Amino acid sequence: MAVNGPQAAALALHRFGFGPVGDSIAAIAGDPRGALLADLDRAGAGQIAAVLPSSAEAARQVSDFQAERQAQQKLAQRAKQEADAAGLGMANATMKTSDALTTAVQPQPSSPKPPNQPPPLPQQLLLGEAKVRFDAVASTDIGFVERLVWFWSNHFCISADKVIGMAGPYEREAIRPHVLGRFADLLQAVESHPAMLFYLDNVQSMGADSVAGINRDKGLNENLARETMELHTLGVRSGYTQADVTSFANVLTGWSWIPPAEPDHGGEFAFVKRLHQPGDQIVLGKRYPDTGVEQGRAVLADLARHPATAQHIGEKLAAHFVADSPPPSLAAKLAKTFHDSDGNLKEVARTLVTADESWTPQRQKLKPPAEWVAGVVRFSGTQAIIPIGRIMYAQATLGAPLWRPPAPNGWPDTEAAWLDGIPHRVDIASEFAGRAQGVDPLALLNSGLGPLASRDTRDTVARAETRSQALALLVMSPEFLRR
Amino acid sequence: MTLHAPSRRDVLLTSGTLFAWAHLPGVARAESRDPRFLAIILRGALDGLATVAPVSDPDWVALRGDNALTQSSKVPPLKLNDFFALNPAMPNLHKMFAANEAIIVHACATPYRERSHFDGQDLLESGLPKVSPSESGWLNRALATLAPGGRVDPKGSRVFAVGPVTPLIARGAAPILSWSPQQIMPASDDTRARLIDLYRHTDVKLASVLDDNSKLTAIEHAGDMANGMAKGPGPAQARAYFSDAAGNAAKFLAQPDGPRVGALTLDGWDTHVNEGIASGRLSQLLGSLDDALAAVKANMGPAWKDTVVVIATEFGRTAHINGTDGTDHGTATVSLLVGGALKGGRVIADWPGLKPANLYENRDLKPTTDLRAVIKGVLQDHLRADERALAQNVFPGSDAIKPMAGLIA
Repeated sequence: MAVNGPQAAALALHRFGFGPVGDSIAAIAGDPRGALLADLDRAGAGQIAAVLPSSAEAARQVSDFQAERQAQQKLAQRAKQEADAAGLGMANATMKTSDALTTAVQPQPSSPKPPNQPPPLPQQLLLGEAKVRFDAVASTDIGFVERLVWFWSNHFCISADKVIGMAGPYEREAIRPHVLGRFADLLQAVESHPAMLFYLDNVQSMGADSVAGINRDKGLNENLARETMELHTLGVRSGYTQADVTSFANVLTGWSWIPPAEPDHGGEFAFVKRLHQPGDQIVLGKRYPDTGVEQGRAVLADLARHPATAQHIGEKLAAHFVADSPPPSLAAKLAKTFHDSDGNLKEVARTLVTADESWTPQRQKLKPPAEWVAGVVRFSGTQAIIPIGRIMYAQATLGAPLWRPPAPNGWPDTEAAWLDGIPHRVDIASEFAGRAQGVDPLALLNSGLGPLASRDTRDTVARAETRSQALALLVMSPEFLRR
Repeated sequence: MTLHAPSRRDVLLTSGTLFAWAHLPGVARAESRDPRFLAIILRGALDGLATVAPVSDPDWVALRGDNALTQSSKVPPLKLNDFFALNPAMPNLHKMFAANEAIIVHACATPYRERSHFDGQDLLESGLPKVSPSESGWLNRALATLAPGGRVDPKGSRVFAVGPVTPLIARGAAPILSWSPQQIMPASDDTRARLIDLYRHTDVKLASVLDDNSKLTAIEHAGDMANGMAKGPGPAQARAYFSDAAGNAAKFLAQPDGPRVGALTLDGWDTHVNEGIASGRLSQLLGSLDDALAAVKANMGPAWKDTVVVIATEFGRTAHINGTDGTDHGTATVSLLVGGALKGGRVIADWPGLKPANLYENRDLKPTTDLRAVIKGVLQDHLRADERALAQNVFPGSDAIKPMAGLIA
């Protein structure tokens, strides 16, 4: 297809960004590739200005919250036990006690929660983080860098179900600062982040021969080591062995955190020497002397520049942005840039934009649910109208609740995984479109799809029964669902 | 949908509804009646001739052929008077009519004379005489014009939007509170059908998944049909949702210190293909509306006697049936009024006739009554809105359209 023009511009916005807004197709039609490259060079690209609790602060707040709640539950339990005792006393005193006893032990019918009561603290933290993340998408022109943030956040996913309070801060602290930096730095930041160490069980892992291991008769947890190799760097079946995993797990022993209950530094990273397996380790054929925390950093540095990592990342990026089965030559180009630039992620992103294979006019990639929801809200201008909780609810309805992937391999990235959710998307499209104001269906066709709109889609939107139905049909058109 | 006891705070927890709230429970009403007003907007253009059929018009059967409801139809329509009969899908409305609790205004239209849904809906809800951008609707502005101490005291009033969408009719200067139901409201069957059709032409995978899902839904509801739980497959869910929404609106309007004015919308009336006048899509939709009206009456309780519900649509449909057993965008249609406060049991129509020469632009039922006259009549006699304010603020530029007198008992 032509390098420039409205068709390439619309393709660029859907494929590499969060979709068009306003007149963005026309705005970048002169040079769509240049516009994407410029997005990478924006000052502060990918960073969040809002001041929110750090991951350690959030962890401490959640710890306090949970401790207080536990105390309240204990008090309630004691009160109940006293009531039970009183009921039993009556049972001894008279024969007609069954009603009183039953009343005493039955939980009171739960009264509906007052609507104005703020949600519990962990939920508040999550909502605040989600809002900031979503606003970053809604306020950006193209959203290429935000898409990269989402990609890396999913690549290095944790789950807010396990790591309560830290999911948002983790993304801001470990992912965003390096999204256009070096992969090696990103990897170090991620694997040493308390959220990841807790998520993949490394905080408790200890060498069998470490002081703590000997004293407690406990040992290694190889979860983090395995997932770092399998998911984060080399890729599955790329040649590493179980011995490599075990050795790497030994290397990572001691990478832990300060328990969140500790008031000053709880929730922060700590290298705990007592947990660390002493001695050299051999990983992928290379000997790493025991230099404490530096031993792990050395292994991560080598994993970051391993050719298998370059290939793995190249394939994953190509599959995410272009097609479920992308041209192998594209993955190869990305891998080459990754390798040649020593993992410079901005250079890799540039290659993604400049490679001709990235611009295949076939638009078969089904937008994943969260990306589609964000694109719909931003396109329809409803970000100020639809509360963040509702947006999160929509994403969860489609099977992709924010920061809650079911497993460390993150959300799937193929059409097959998300196709079944299409009927639910119709409902969400209808509801969200209903909230949009001042909808002009034909103008929206041009601003949302431009030359990508098929004759059928144009007719379907133009013949809609209501303005909001026109918008719903538009965002449910194949051209808007796929990129 | 959860319905909480309707304290003032919990009034937030209903759905699909909008209320204007008269706040001061202790204020003595200047008059004995404590009126309730609910507007139901049917979006998509209701086929008025299929809803209330002019069965005795000599040109009726010739006009609509097999699609004409007549006394010899398989399921005959419900007689209203010697000239008009009601679609058989609306037995509850028929009972209200018989009890003098319903008025049907026929050959009625807004001032809009083009055929765009979008513009027509804007005009219906904004209350403006011409298509132009508007940030407010006539219901919101009507509330603002009411005199303090009148039947509805606007002091401290605020507009209360419930459900995912605040319709234009209710937007305006009065502050809007809104709340959304936890569940995502199901999209209309019409939207699904349009998408399936689009996907069939453009994307077979999407077509397959949406089509399969719709079939599953139909199977899921087939049992309900056999049990008489619901009157049809797919639409049952939407039907129940709308009934709930309308019923909940009535519960809140019924409260002694509750809101007095509300609005809700029901989409899906754009019946271009296989209209299903006697049994099918339109019949389903009219059944949904009929259920909703019954729910309003039931939940109003004693307040039903102080209630008026106005049901209006942006325009009507072609007088003739088109080539795909449906009707295209037209002009005049019916407006339905129900409620115990009405002087009901009447069809109000300056009947234009159905001969080709009598049709508007040789194709549509000709409008002979301005919908604004009907609404102004209700607002003036029921809510005691001031006639000048109605002509200037609520329906600007409508001095020549006098409020219809005698609608309220």
